[in-house]
Amino acid sequence: MSPFNRTATASVLYDAPGPRARARYRVFGVLSLIGVAGLLWFVYATLDDKGQFNPALWDVFQYNTVQQRIVDGLLATLEAFGLAAAFSLTLGALLAAGQLSDHKPVRWACTAVVQFFRAMPLLILIVALYYAFFATDPMWALVLGLTLYNGSVQAEIIRSGVNAVPRGQGEAAYALGMRKTQVMASILVPQAVRSMLPSMISQLVVTLKDTSLGFIITYHELLFVGKAIASQPTNSAGFPYIPVVLVIGPIYIALCLLLTALARWIEARGRRGANRRTSTAA
Amino acid sequence: MGFLFEDDNFALFRDGFLQTIELSALSALLALLLGTLLAAFRVSPVPVLRAFGTVWVTLFRNTPLTLLFFAVTFGLPRLGVHLSHLTFAVVALGGYTASFVCEVIRSGINTVPLGQAEAARSLGMSFGQTLTLVVLPQATRTVLAPLSSVFIALPRNSAIAGAFSVGEIFSTQQAFSEKGYSIFAIFFWVACAYLLISATVASLFRFLESRLAVAR
Repeated sequence: MSPFNRTATASVLYDAPGPRARARYRVFGVLSLIGVAGLLWFVYATLDDKGQFNPALWDVFQYNTVQQRIVDGLLATLEAFGLAAAFSLTLGALLAAGQLSDHKPVRWACTAVVQFFRAMPLLILIVALYYAFFATDPMWALVLGLTLYNGSVQAEIIRSGVNAVPRGQGEAAYALGMRKTQVMASILVPQAVRSMLPSMISQLVVTLKDTSLGFIITYHELLFVGKAIASQPTNSAGFPYIPVVLVIGPIYIALCLLLTALARWIEARGRRGANRRTSTAA
Repeated sequence: MGFLFEDDNFALFRDGFLQTIELSALSALLALLLGTLLAAFRVSPVPVLRAFGTVWVTLFRNTPLTLLFFAVTFGLPRLGVHLSHLTFAVVALGGYTASFVCEVIRSGINTVPLGQAEAARSLGMSFGQTLTLVVLPQATRTVLAPLSSVFIALPRNSAIAGAFSVGEIFSTQQAFSEKGYSIFAIFFWVACAYLLISATVASLFRFLESRLAVAR
């Protein structure tokens, strides 16, 4: 067994198995395989039994107009996500700068804003914005709500990243005669962003998932389109709620996994760069 | 601001508040049980169970909670499952949160240094002793902080249940809006309710942390 497998199998809990333990694990393996297969079969059988694989129920997806609506919904989701991502990163940078400010009132105000919007349920925020300002244009209620909430979270991520840079870095820069702005912009923030990029991207995954809240304020994003397709009473086979979930769910999951893969790739790249630098320094 | 104490608005608000607490508590319980089970799967020596846990967590963590509520509320009745709206909401919210709880517990177990378990085994401790006396006490302490953010997020996420026919604070907000009260006054009271809940959960976890803290 290679040393890499040792950590991968979480062996803090048990020793490397001997022949008898391996035989026992094989028995457990076969039993749990039967269990999982039984569970999957049960799900399939229930769906089949209730006629959810009836081709007539899936007919809607063959119409070009329906396909076009799903694509439009996906684009609307991505539009809200793109705007919210850009705005929340900007707001997060501003709030983090405020929280790290030398002026007490600025620091307090920014901290209060961050704490308040982090504690607020996003849905409450979005619906309040929708009723108060954007009753005709739900997209901006969604984007603004997402921006306020995720901006606050991003601010906390950036702030903790800046604080996690070794203190000697900032002190050395001050000793070289740099001003606070210079220290921040050219020493602390680049290092903080590098170490915090994976967390920032996982927060972007949360932003992407939360765009589906637009469904509740009638923004025509993917889930809203799905509900509209599912509740059309045109089909004789019934309402295709489950087919719609089986089509839309994988789209969301694929988008989130793509973003997560991006985060992993950046993390691996960052680590490689750091290693290269330490090896040349040594 | 004063509208809350007119007519029987306060009763409506109080009912919504209690329903939010009930929904959050039940979902937290389900999430904790299911999450621990999934974490046990994910660290087990049986590859099939590990794969099952990984696939489950990947699916649920990357599905929007709104879609999950949608699937449970509209999908399950098509399969002949008819339960109350509250039960549906507990299933969706608990199932979603369980995947986060699982990840927290799993990473907590993985942060315990390998040497600790090796030392315990070389002293002749059995699997059960190693787990309950050495690994779990250390893992619990590291797990508490991330677990508290999961359980602070849970009551916030429970607001989505209001859009799926559960009478909690969000649906109270909707009802007040339809009655035509000022949206800012409504938002103020709803905000107070949620801040109260998350402050309570946070102080509960701080209390637990201080109880379990040891000098290192």
